Amino acid sequence: MTFLIVLRKELTEHWRTKRFLIVAAVMTVFGLTSPLLAKFTPELLKTIPNVPAAVAALIPTPSVADAVAQYVKNMGQFGVLLALLMTMGVVAQEKERGTAAMMLTHPVSRLTFLLAKFMALGIMFAVSLAIAAVGCWYYTTLLFTALPLGPYLALNGLILVVFLVYISVTLLCSTLARTQGAAAGLAFAALIVIAGIGSLPRIGDYFPGRLFSWGASLALGGTETAWPAFGISLGIIAAALIVAFLVFRRQEV
Amino acid sequence: MIQTENLHKHYGAVHALDGLNMTVETGTVFGFLGPNGSGKTTTLRILTGLARPTSGRASVAGLDLASDGRSLSRRIGFLPEEPAFYPWMTPREFLDYLGRLHGLSPLERSARTKELLELVNLVEAGKRRIGGFSKGMRQRLGMAAALVHRPEVLLLDEPVSALDPVGRKEVLELIETLGGQCTVLMSSHILADVERVCSVVGIIAKGRMIVQSPREALMERYAQPVFEAEAADKPSARRWADTLRVQPWAAAVSVTGDVLRVTVKDIALARRELLASAVAQQVVLRRYEETRPSLEDVFMQLVDKEAAQ
Repeated sequence: MTFLIVLRKELTEHWRTKRFLIVAAVMTVFGLTSPLLAKFTPELLKTIPNVPAAVAALIPTPSVADAVAQYVKNMGQFGVLLALLMTMGVVAQEKERGTAAMMLTHPVSRLTFLLAKFMALGIMFAVSLAIAAVGCWYYTTLLFTALPLGPYLALNGLILVVFLVYISVTLLCSTLARTQGAAAGLAFAALIVIAGIGSLPRIGDYFPGRLFSWGASLALGGTETAWPAFGISLGIIAAALIVAFLVFRRQEV
Repeated sequence: MIQTENLHKHYGAVHALDGLNMTVETGTVFGFLGPNGSGKTTTLRILTGLARPTSGRASVAGLDLASDGRSLSRRIGFLPEEPAFYPWMTPREFLDYLGRLHGLSPLERSARTKELLELVNLVEAGKRRIGGFSKGMRQRLGMAAALVHRPEVLLLDEPVSALDPVGRKEVLELIETLGGQCTVLMSSHILADVERVCSVVGIIAKGRMIVQSPREALMERYAQPVFEAEAADKPSARRWADTLRVQPWAAAVSVTGDVLRVTVKDIALARRELLASAVAQQVVLRRYEETRPSLEDVFMQLVDKEAAQ
Protein backbone atom coordinates (compact mmCIF):
# COMPACT_ATOMS: atom_id res chain seq x y z
CA MET A 1 0.00 0.00 0.00
CA THR A 2 2.75 2.45 0.99
CA PHE A 3 4.58 1.52 -2.21
CA LEU A 4 1.59 2.52 -4.32
CA ILE A 5 1.24 5.82 -2.46
CA VAL A 6 4.91 6.66 -3.04
CA LEU A 7 4.74 5.44 -6.67
CA ARG A 8 1.76 7.69 -7.28
CA LYS A 9 3.69 10.64 -5.83
CA GLU A 10 6.70 9.83 -8.06
CA LEU A 11 4.53 9.65 -11.19
CA THR A 12 2.79 12.91 -10.26
CA GLU A 13 6.21 14.50 -9.80
CA HIS A 14 7.33 13.38 -13.29
CA TRP A 15 4.11 14.80 -14.70
CA ARG A 16 4.10 18.13 -12.84
CA THR A 17 7.78 18.85 -13.38
CA LYS A 18 7.26 18.24 -17.14
CA ARG A 19 9.78 15.38 -17.19
CA PHE A 20 7.12 13.07 -18.60
CA LEU A 21 6.35 15.56 -21.33
CA ILE A 22 10.02 16.04 -22.22
CA VAL A 23 10.77 12.31 -22.42
CA ALA A 24 7.59 11.55 -24.37
CA ALA A 25 8.13 14.49 -26.75
CA VAL A 26 11.79 13.73 -27.50
CA MET A 27 11.16 10.02 -28.01
CA THR A 28 8.06 10.63 -30.13
CA VAL A 29 9.98 13.04 -32.38
CA PHE A 30 12.67 10.40 -32.92
CA GLY A 31 10.03 7.69 -33.37
CA LEU A 32 8.22 9.67 -36.01
CA THR A 33 11.28 10.94 -37.85
CA SER A 34 13.14 7.62 -38.02
CA PRO A 35 11.16 6.21 -41.03
CA LEU A 36 10.95 9.70 -42.53
CA LEU A 37 14.74 10.11 -42.44
CA ALA A 38 15.23 6.60 -43.77
CA LYS A 39 12.90 7.31 -46.65
CA PHE A 40 13.88 10.82 -47.63
CA THR A 41 17.62 11.08 -46.83
CA PRO A 42 18.65 9.13 -49.96
CA GLU A 43 16.18 11.10 -52.07
CA LEU A 44 17.47 14.39 -50.65
CA LEU A 45 21.03 13.30 -51.51
CA LYS A 46 19.99 12.57 -55.07
CA THR A 47 18.54 16.07 -55.48
CA ILE A 48 21.88 17.75 -54.68
CA PRO A 49 23.00 19.42 -57.93
CA ASN A 50 26.02 18.05 -59.77
CA VAL A 51 26.12 14.71 -57.94
CA PRO A 52 28.15 12.44 -60.22
CA ALA A 53 26.09 9.63 -61.70
CA ALA A 54 28.44 7.04 -60.24
CA VAL A 55 27.93 8.43 -56.73
CA ALA A 56 24.15 8.69 -57.23
CA ALA A 57 24.10 5.05 -58.25
CA LEU A 58 25.78 4.15 -54.94
CA ILE A 59 22.96 5.71 -52.89
CA PRO A 60 20.81 2.73 -51.90
CA THR A 61 17.07 2.55 -52.39
CA PRO A 62 15.49 3.06 -48.96
CA SER A 63 13.87 0.03 -47.36
CA VAL A 64 11.97 -0.94 -44.24
CA ALA A 65 15.27 -2.21 -42.80
CA ASP A 66 16.64 1.35 -42.94
CA ALA A 67 13.61 2.63 -41.06
CA VAL A 68 14.07 0.03 -38.31
CA ALA A 69 17.83 0.64 -38.16
CA GLN A 70 17.28 4.39 -37.86
CA TYR A 71 14.69 3.85 -35.09
CA VAL A 72 16.99 1.52 -33.14
CA LYS A 73 19.93 3.92 -33.54
CA ASN A 74 17.91 6.92 -32.35
CA MET A 75 16.51 5.09 -29.33
CA GLY A 76 19.96 3.70 -28.53
CA GLN A 77 21.44 7.19 -28.46
CA PHE A 78 18.77 9.64 -27.36
CA GLY A 79 16.69 7.22 -25.30
CA VAL A 80 19.72 6.09 -23.30
CA LEU A 81 20.87 9.70 -22.86
CA LEU A 82 17.40 10.64 -21.58
CA ALA A 83 17.46 7.66 -19.20
CA LEU A 84 20.69 8.99 -17.71
CA LEU A 85 19.57 12.61 -17.52
CA MET A 86 16.21 11.80 -15.94
CA THR A 87 17.63 9.35 -13.38
CA MET A 88 20.93 10.82 -12.21
CA GLY A 89 19.39 13.28 -9.74
CA VAL A 90 16.50 11.27 -8.35
CA VAL A 91 18.19 10.09 -5.16
CA ALA A 92 21.21 12.43 -4.96
CA GLN A 93 19.03 15.52 -5.34
CA GLU A 94 16.69 14.38 -2.58
CA LYS A 95 19.66 13.77 -0.27
CA GLU A 96 21.19 17.13 -1.20
CA ARG A 97 17.92 19.06 -0.81
CA GLY A 98 16.88 17.33 2.43
CA THR A 99 13.61 15.82 1.18
CA ALA A 100 14.99 12.29 1.62
CA ALA A 101 15.62 12.98 5.32
CA MET A 102 12.18 14.56 5.62
CA MET A 103 10.41 11.58 4.02
CA LEU A 104 12.40 8.84 5.73
CA THR A 105 11.21 10.03 9.13
CA HIS A 106 7.69 9.15 7.94
CA PRO A 107 6.61 5.56 7.18
CA VAL A 108 8.54 5.22 3.91
CA SER A 109 11.09 2.41 4.00
CA ARG A 110 14.34 2.87 2.14
CA LEU A 111 13.43 -0.04 -0.15
CA THR A 112 10.10 1.58 -1.04
CA PHE A 113 11.86 4.92 -1.57
CA LEU A 114 14.22 3.40 -4.17
CA LEU A 115 11.86 0.93 -5.84
CA ALA A 116 9.11 3.52 -6.33
CA LYS A 117 11.62 5.74 -8.10
CA PHE A 118 12.78 2.91 -10.35
CA MET A 119 9.22 1.83 -11.12
CA ALA A 120 8.06 5.39 -11.89
CA LEU A 121 10.99 5.95 -14.25
CA GLY A 122 10.29 2.59 -15.88
CA ILE A 123 6.63 3.50 -16.41
CA MET A 124 7.55 6.93 -17.79
CA PHE A 125 9.98 5.43 -20.30
CA ALA A 126 7.61 2.56 -21.21
CA VAL A 127 4.74 4.95 -21.96
CA SER A 128 7.01 7.35 -23.89
CA LEU A 129 8.50 4.46 -25.86
CA ALA A 130 5.00 3.15 -26.63
CA ILE A 131 3.99 6.53 -28.09
CA ALA A 132 7.24 6.71 -30.09
CA ALA A 133 6.75 3.13 -31.31
CA VAL A 134 3.22 3.85 -32.53
CA GLY A 135 4.51 6.90 -34.45
CA CYS A 136 7.35 4.93 -35.98
CA TRP A 137 5.08 2.02 -36.94
CA TYR A 138 2.56 4.38 -38.56
CA TYR A 139 5.10 6.14 -40.78
CA THR A 140 6.96 2.92 -41.57
CA THR A 141 3.67 1.38 -42.73
CA LEU A 142 2.84 4.52 -44.71
CA LEU A 143 6.22 4.89 -46.39
CA PHE A 144 7.37 1.25 -46.64
CA THR A 145 5.45 -1.83 -45.56
CA ALA A 146 3.66 -2.77 -42.35
CA LEU A 147 5.95 -4.31 -39.75
CA PRO A 148 4.58 -7.51 -38.18
CA LEU A 149 3.13 -6.49 -34.82
CA GLY A 150 4.45 -9.29 -32.62
CA PRO A 151 8.13 -8.96 -33.55
CA TYR A 152 7.80 -5.15 -33.51
CA LEU A 153 6.49 -5.34 -29.93
CA ALA A 154 9.41 -7.62 -29.08
CA LEU A 155 11.84 -5.03 -30.52
CA ASN A 156 10.34 -2.33 -28.30
CA GLY A 157 10.35 -4.65 -25.31
CA LEU A 158 14.08 -5.20 -25.80
CA ILE A 159 14.69 -1.46 -26.19
CA LEU A 160 12.84 -0.96 -22.88
CA VAL A 161 15.06 -3.57 -21.20
CA VAL A 162 18.15 -1.59 -22.31
CA PHE A 163 16.57 1.61 -20.94
CA LEU A 164 15.92 -0.17 -17.63
CA VAL A 165 19.58 -1.26 -17.50
CA TYR A 166 20.71 2.35 -17.76
CA ILE A 167 18.01 3.57 -15.38
CA SER A 168 18.98 1.03 -12.71
CA VAL A 169 22.73 1.66 -13.08
CA THR A 170 22.18 5.44 -12.95
CA LEU A 171 19.92 5.01 -9.92
CA LEU A 172 22.78 3.17 -8.23
CA CYS A 173 25.17 6.02 -9.12
CA SER A 174 22.64 8.52 -7.75
CA THR A 175 22.43 6.51 -4.52
CA LEU A 176 26.21 6.29 -4.17
CA ALA A 177 26.77 10.00 -4.78
CA ARG A 178 26.13 12.76 -2.28
CA THR A 179 25.46 15.43 -4.89
CA GLN A 180 23.78 15.61 -8.28
CA GLY A 181 27.05 16.61 -9.95
CA ALA A 182 28.86 13.56 -8.59
CA ALA A 183 25.92 11.35 -9.61
CA ALA A 184 26.10 12.74 -13.17
CA GLY A 185 29.85 12.05 -13.35
CA LEU A 186 29.42 8.50 -12.09
CA ALA A 187 26.49 7.81 -14.43
CA PHE A 188 28.36 9.01 -17.52
CA ALA A 189 31.38 6.95 -16.49
CA ALA A 190 29.11 3.90 -16.17
CA LEU A 191 27.60 4.62 -19.60
CA ILE A 192 31.06 4.81 -21.17
CA VAL A 193 32.14 1.55 -19.48
CA ILE A 194 28.98 -0.38 -20.50
CA ALA A 195 28.99 0.98 -24.05
CA GLY A 196 32.76 0.55 -24.36
CA ILE A 197 32.79 -3.08 -23.25
CA GLY A 198 29.65 -3.71 -25.32
CA SER A 199 31.45 -2.60 -28.47
CA LEU A 200 34.24 -5.18 -28.05
CA PRO A 201 34.06 -8.16 -30.39
CA ARG A 202 32.57 -11.33 -28.85
CA ILE A 203 32.34 -9.83 -25.33
CA GLY A 204 29.82 -7.34 -26.73
CA ASP A 205 27.48 -10.21 -27.57
CA TYR A 206 26.80 -10.57 -23.87
CA PHE A 207 26.12 -6.89 -23.20
CA PRO A 208 22.83 -4.94 -23.26
CA GLY A 209 23.68 -3.16 -26.54
CA ARG A 210 23.34 -6.50 -28.30
CA LEU A 211 19.60 -6.40 -27.59
CA PHE A 212 19.19 -3.59 -30.14
CA SER A 213 20.48 -5.70 -33.02
CA TRP A 214 18.48 -8.71 -31.82
CA GLY A 215 15.30 -6.60 -31.70
CA ALA A 216 15.96 -5.12 -35.17
CA SER A 217 16.52 -8.58 -36.59
CA LEU A 218 13.29 -9.85 -35.00
CA ALA A 219 11.26 -6.94 -36.39
CA LEU A 220 12.59 -7.69 -39.88
CA GLY A 221 11.79 -11.39 -39.69
CA GLY A 222 15.28 -12.56 -38.71
CA THR A 223 15.86 -15.61 -36.55
CA GLU A 224 18.98 -14.64 -34.56
CA THR A 225 18.76 -14.56 -30.80
CA ALA A 226 20.77 -13.01 -27.96
CA TRP A 227 19.43 -14.67 -24.86
CA PRO A 228 22.73 -14.40 -22.93
CA ALA A 229 22.69 -10.61 -23.42
CA PHE A 230 19.03 -10.56 -22.30
CA GLY A 231 19.83 -12.57 -19.17
CA ILE A 232 22.86 -10.43 -18.37
CA SER A 233 20.80 -7.25 -18.84
CA LEU A 234 18.20 -8.49 -16.35
CA GLY A 235 21.05 -9.47 -14.06
CA ILE A 236 22.55 -5.97 -14.27
CA ILE A 237 19.15 -4.44 -13.43
CA ALA A 238 18.66 -6.72 -10.42
CA ALA A 239 22.27 -6.31 -9.21
CA ALA A 240 22.17 -2.51 -9.54
CA LEU A 241 18.93 -2.31 -7.56
CA ILE A 242 20.13 -4.68 -4.85
CA VAL A 243 23.46 -2.85 -4.44
CA ALA A 244 21.63 0.50 -4.42
CA PHE A 245 19.38 -0.76 -1.64
CA LEU A 246 22.25 -2.21 0.40
CA VAL A 247 24.16 1.08 0.10
CA PHE A 248 21.13 3.24 0.84
CA ARG A 249 20.15 1.11 3.83
CA ARG A 250 23.46 1.92 5.53
CA GLN A 251 23.67 5.51 4.34
CA GLU A 252 23.11 8.47 6.64
CA VAL A 253 20.93 10.97 4.82
CA MET B 1 10.01 8.72 26.83
CA ILE B 2 13.38 9.30 25.25
CA GLN B 3 16.55 7.79 26.63
CA THR B 4 20.15 7.68 25.51
CA GLU B 5 22.87 5.71 27.24
CA ASN B 6 26.53 6.44 26.65
CA LEU B 7 25.82 7.50 23.08
CA HIS B 8 28.87 8.06 20.89
CA LYS B 9 29.01 9.34 17.34
CA HIS B 10 32.34 9.77 15.58
CA TYR B 11 32.91 11.34 12.17
CA GLY B 12 36.51 10.35 11.58
CA ALA B 13 38.51 12.08 14.28
CA VAL B 14 35.60 14.31 15.29
CA HIS B 15 33.63 13.09 18.28
CA ALA B 16 30.23 14.68 17.69
CA LEU B 17 28.78 12.77 20.65
CA ASP B 18 31.00 11.61 23.45
CA GLY B 19 28.96 9.45 25.80
CA LEU B 20 25.67 11.32 25.84
CA ASN B 21 23.27 10.30 28.60
CA MET B 22 19.83 11.84 28.50
CA THR B 23 16.37 11.01 29.82
CA VAL B 24 13.26 12.83 28.69
CA GLU B 25 10.17 11.84 30.65
CA THR B 26 6.84 11.29 28.91
CA GLY B 27 4.77 14.45 28.49
CA THR B 28 7.56 16.93 29.16
CA VAL B 29 8.73 19.74 26.92
CA PHE B 30 12.48 19.30 27.04
CA GLY B 31 14.75 22.17 26.04
CA PHE B 32 17.95 20.86 24.49
CA LEU B 33 20.57 23.58 24.68
CA GLY B 34 24.14 23.78 23.57
CA PRO B 35 26.61 25.91 21.65
CA ASN B 36 27.05 25.42 17.90
CA GLY B 37 28.70 22.07 17.15
CA SER B 38 27.92 20.64 20.57
CA GLY B 39 26.01 17.64 19.12
CA LYS B 40 22.34 18.72 19.29
CA THR B 41 21.49 18.01 15.63
CA THR B 42 23.51 14.78 15.64
CA THR B 43 21.50 13.59 18.65
CA LEU B 44 18.22 14.41 16.93
CA ARG B 45 19.33 12.68 13.72
CA ILE B 46 20.17 9.54 15.69
CA LEU B 47 16.85 9.67 17.54
CA THR B 48 14.97 9.87 14.21
CA GLY B 49 16.92 6.98 12.68
CA LEU B 50 18.56 9.16 10.03
CA ALA B 51 22.02 8.54 11.53
CA ARG B 52 23.44 5.62 13.47
CA PRO B 53 25.42 5.91 16.67
CA THR B 54 29.01 4.66 16.70
CA SER B 55 28.21 3.04 20.05
CA GLY B 56 25.73 3.33 22.89
CA ARG B 57 21.99 2.85 23.09
CA ALA B 58 19.01 5.04 22.40
CA SER B 59 15.28 4.47 22.72
CA VAL B 60 12.32 6.62 21.74
CA ALA B 61 8.70 5.98 22.79
CA GLY B 62 9.77 2.65 24.24
CA LEU B 63 11.39 1.50 20.99
CA ASP B 64 15.04 0.54 21.00
CA LEU B 65 16.49 2.21 17.91
CA ALA B 66 18.89 -0.65 17.23
CA SER B 67 16.18 -3.34 17.09
CA ASP B 68 12.77 -1.63 16.62
CA GLY B 69 13.81 1.31 14.46
CA ARG B 70 11.43 0.38 11.61
CA SER B 71 8.26 1.20 13.52
CA LEU B 72 9.75 4.42 14.87
CA SER B 73 8.42 6.66 12.10
CA ARG B 74 4.79 6.02 13.11
CA ARG B 75 5.49 7.18 16.67
CA ILE B 76 7.61 10.29 16.13
CA GLY B 77 7.26 13.64 14.43
CA PHE B 78 10.42 15.41 13.31
CA LEU B 79 11.01 19.00 12.29
CA PRO B 80 14.55 19.51 10.93
CA GLU B 81 16.22 22.89 11.23
CA GLU B 82 15.70 23.55 7.53
CA PRO B 83 12.69 21.47 6.50
CA ALA B 84 12.68 20.48 2.82
CA PHE B 85 9.67 19.79 0.63
CA TYR B 86 8.79 18.92 -2.94
CA PRO B 87 8.57 22.37 -4.54
CA TRP B 88 5.89 21.31 -7.04
CA MET B 89 3.45 20.32 -4.30
CA THR B 90 1.06 22.58 -2.42
CA PRO B 91 0.91 22.42 1.42
CA ARG B 92 -2.50 20.72 1.16
CA GLU B 93 -1.10 18.06 -1.14
CA PHE B 94 1.95 17.54 1.03
CA LEU B 95 -0.03 17.10 4.24
CA ASP B 96 -2.49 14.84 2.43
CA TYR B 97 0.42 12.75 1.12
CA LEU B 98 1.82 12.36 4.64
CA GLY B 99 -1.66 11.50 5.91
CA ARG B 100 -1.90 8.72 3.32
CA LEU B 101 1.50 7.37 4.39
CA HIS B 102 0.33 7.29 7.99
CA GLY B 103 -2.83 5.40 7.00
CA LEU B 104 -5.38 8.17 7.65
CA SER B 105 -8.75 7.80 5.92
CA PRO B 106 -9.76 10.42 3.28
CA LEU B 107 -12.09 12.14 5.77
CA GLU B 108 -9.44 12.19 8.49
CA ARG B 109 -6.86 13.55 6.02
CA SER B 110 -9.12 16.31 4.85
CA ALA B 111 -10.01 17.37 8.41
CA ARG B 112 -6.43 17.08 9.69
CA THR B 113 -5.01 19.06 6.76
CA LYS B 114 -7.51 21.87 7.35
CA GLU B 115 -6.87 21.84 11.10
CA LEU B 116 -3.07 21.92 10.71
CA LEU B 117 -3.07 24.65 8.08
CA GLU B 118 -5.14 26.78 10.45
CA LEU B 119 -2.85 25.90 13.33
CA VAL B 120 0.31 27.07 11.52
CA ASN B 121 -1.43 29.98 9.80
CA LEU B 122 -1.02 28.75 6.24
CA VAL B 123 -4.67 28.54 5.16
CA GLU B 124 -4.33 31.27 2.55
CA ALA B 125 -1.18 29.70 1.12
CA GLY B 126 -2.72 26.22 1.17
CA LYS B 127 -3.08 26.05 -2.60
CA ARG B 128 0.20 27.75 -3.51
CA ARG B 129 3.24 25.80 -4.64
CA ILE B 130 5.71 25.24 -1.78
CA GLY B 131 8.55 26.21 -4.14
CA GLY B 132 7.65 29.88 -3.64
CA PHE B 133 7.49 29.74 0.15
CA SER B 134 9.69 31.82 2.46
CA LYS B 135 11.91 30.16 5.05
CA GLY B 136 9.42 30.99 7.80
CA MET B 137 6.50 29.50 5.86
CA ARG B 138 8.53 26.33 5.28
CA GLN B 139 9.27 26.08 8.99
CA ARG B 140 5.59 26.43 9.83
CA LEU B 141 4.68 23.81 7.21
CA GLY B 142 7.40 21.57 8.66
CA MET B 143 5.74 21.91 12.05
CA ALA B 144 2.39 20.89 10.54
CA ALA B 145 4.06 17.95 8.75
CA ALA B 146 5.55 16.72 12.02
CA LEU B 147 2.10 16.76 13.65
CA VAL B 148 0.01 15.08 10.90
CA HIS B 149 -0.23 11.71 12.66
CA ARG B 150 -0.43 13.03 16.24
CA PRO B 151 2.95 11.58 17.25
CA GLU B 152 3.80 10.45 20.76
CA VAL B 153 7.20 12.10 20.54
CA LEU B 154 7.99 15.33 18.77
CA LEU B 155 11.61 16.12 17.90
CA LEU B 156 12.16 19.74 16.95
CA ASP B 157 15.49 21.09 15.71
CA GLU B 158 15.54 24.87 16.14
CA PRO B 159 11.78 25.10 15.45
CA VAL B 160 11.49 28.89 15.48
CA SER B 161 14.86 29.98 14.10
CA ALA B 162 13.43 31.24 10.77
CA LEU B 163 10.25 32.80 12.11
CA ASP B 164 9.36 36.46 12.58
CA PRO B 165 8.39 37.57 16.12
CA VAL B 166 4.66 36.93 15.56
CA GLY B 167 5.24 33.50 13.99
CA ARG B 168 7.69 32.65 16.77
CA LYS B 169 5.18 33.54 19.45
CA GLU B 170 2.48 31.42 17.79
CA VAL B 171 4.70 28.37 17.35
CA LEU B 172 6.03 28.63 20.90
CA GLU B 173 2.48 28.79 22.22
CA LEU B 174 1.68 25.72 20.13
CA ILE B 175 4.68 23.83 21.56
CA GLU B 176 3.62 24.86 25.05
CA THR B 177 0.13 23.43 24.48
CA LEU B 178 1.62 20.17 23.18
CA GLY B 179 3.27 19.53 26.54
CA GLY B 180 1.20 16.87 28.29
CA GLN B 181 -0.24 15.61 24.98
CA CYS B 182 3.10 14.34 23.74
CA THR B 183 6.77 14.36 24.65
CA VAL B 184 8.64 17.25 23.05
CA LEU B 185 12.41 17.46 22.62
CA MET B 186 13.28 20.91 21.31
CA SER B 187 16.77 22.06 20.47
CA SER B 188 17.33 25.77 20.35
CA HIS B 189 19.98 28.40 20.71
CA ILE B 190 17.38 31.03 21.62
CA LEU B 191 17.50 30.66 25.38
CA ALA B 192 14.57 32.96 26.07
CA ASP B 193 12.35 30.63 24.01
CA VAL B 194 13.48 27.58 25.93
CA GLU B 195 13.01 29.41 29.22
CA ARG B 196 9.49 30.26 28.14
CA VAL B 197 8.14 26.87 27.05
CA CYS B 198 10.36 24.10 28.42
CA SER B 199 9.74 22.46 31.77
CA VAL B 200 13.02 20.54 31.72
CA VAL B 201 16.35 21.71 30.35
CA GLY B 202 19.40 19.76 29.24
CA ILE B 203 22.66 21.49 28.37
CA ILE B 204 25.06 19.69 26.05
CA ALA B 205 28.67 20.67 25.37
CA LYS B 206 31.33 18.80 23.42
CA GLY B 207 28.92 15.88 22.88
CA ARG B 208 28.24 15.35 26.60
CA MET B 209 25.27 16.31 28.74
CA ILE B 210 26.70 18.65 31.34
CA VAL B 211 23.46 19.19 33.20
CA GLN B 212 19.86 18.04 32.96
CA SER B 213 17.24 19.30 35.37
CA PRO B 214 13.77 20.80 35.70
CA ARG B 215 14.11 24.44 34.67
CA GLU B 216 13.25 25.95 38.06
CA ALA B 217 15.59 23.59 39.92
CA LEU B 218 18.35 24.45 37.48
CA MET B 219 17.85 28.14 38.05
CA GLU B 220 17.82 27.69 41.82
CA ARG B 221 20.92 25.53 41.77
CA TYR B 222 23.10 27.40 39.35
CA ALA B 223 21.75 30.91 38.98
CA GLN B 224 23.89 33.49 40.73
CA PRO B 225 22.58 36.97 41.48
CA VAL B 226 22.92 39.45 38.66
CA PHE B 227 23.14 43.23 38.64
CA GLU B 228 22.52 45.24 35.53
CA ALA B 229 23.61 48.85 35.09
CA GLU B 230 23.44 51.26 32.17
CA ALA B 231 26.25 53.80 32.01
CA ALA B 232 25.95 57.22 30.37
CA ASP B 233 28.57 56.32 27.75
CA LYS B 234 30.43 53.29 26.43
CA PRO B 235 34.01 54.25 27.46
CA SER B 236 33.03 54.67 31.08
CA ALA B 237 31.06 51.38 30.96
CA ARG B 238 34.16 49.57 29.71
CA ARG B 239 36.44 51.29 32.23
CA TRP B 240 34.10 50.35 35.08
CA ALA B 241 33.84 46.73 33.81
CA ASP B 242 37.65 46.41 33.90
CA THR B 243 37.76 47.45 37.55
CA LEU B 244 34.89 45.09 38.46
CA ARG B 245 36.46 42.04 36.84
CA VAL B 246 39.22 41.92 39.45
CA GLN B 247 36.82 42.07 42.39
CA PRO B 248 36.69 38.78 44.34
CA TRP B 249 32.86 38.95 44.68
CA ALA B 250 32.29 39.30 40.89
CA ALA B 251 31.83 35.98 39.06
CA ALA B 252 31.40 37.39 35.54
CA VAL B 253 31.17 40.82 33.97
CA SER B 254 29.86 41.39 30.45
CA VAL B 255 29.45 44.65 28.56
CA THR B 256 27.00 45.15 25.70
CA GLY B 257 27.20 48.74 24.44
CA ASP B 258 26.84 50.85 27.56
CA VAL B 259 25.08 48.14 29.58
CA LEU B 260 27.00 46.09 32.18
CA ARG B 261 25.79 42.76 33.46
CA VAL B 262 27.56 41.62 36.61
CA THR B 263 27.08 38.12 38.01
CA VAL B 264 28.12 38.05 41.66
CA LYS B 265 29.16 35.40 44.14
CA ASP B 266 28.37 37.33 47.31
CA ILE B 267 25.24 39.42 46.94
CA ALA B 268 25.56 41.28 50.25
CA LEU B 269 29.09 42.37 49.46
CA ALA B 270 28.13 43.28 45.92
CA ARG B 271 25.23 45.45 47.11
CA ARG B 272 27.67 47.42 49.25
CA GLU B 273 30.57 47.70 46.83
CA LEU B 274 29.08 47.93 43.35
CA LEU B 275 27.69 51.45 43.59
CA ALA B 276 30.73 52.60 45.56
CA SER B 277 32.88 51.35 42.72
CA ALA B 278 30.80 53.32 40.19
CA VAL B 279 31.27 56.47 42.24
CA ALA B 280 35.01 55.85 42.55
CA GLN B 281 35.29 55.45 38.76
CA GLN B 282 33.12 58.54 38.21
CA VAL B 283 30.64 56.56 36.12
CA VAL B 284 27.33 58.32 35.59
CA LEU B 285 24.52 55.76 35.73
CA ARG B 286 21.20 55.94 33.86
CA ARG B 287 19.86 52.72 35.33
CA TYR B 288 20.89 50.30 38.07
CA GLU B 289 19.00 47.18 39.16
CA GLU B 290 19.29 43.80 40.77
CA THR B 291 17.74 41.43 38.22
CA ARG B 292 16.46 37.89 38.13
CA PRO B 293 19.12 35.66 36.61
CA SER B 294 18.10 34.25 33.23
CA LEU B 295 18.61 30.83 31.73
CA GLU B 296 21.19 32.50 29.51
CA ASP B 297 23.26 33.39 32.60
CA VAL B 298 23.14 29.77 33.77
CA PHE B 299 23.92 28.50 30.28
CA MET B 300 26.91 30.81 29.87
CA GLN B 301 28.21 29.90 33.29
CA LEU B 302 27.97 26.14 32.70
CA VAL B 303 29.27 26.19 29.14
CA ASP B 304 32.20 28.45 30.07
CA LYS B 305 33.03 26.13 32.95
CA GLU B 306 32.95 23.11 30.63
CA ALA B 307 35.11 24.89 28.05
CA ALA B 308 37.66 25.76 30.73
CA GLN B 309 38.02 22.10 31.78
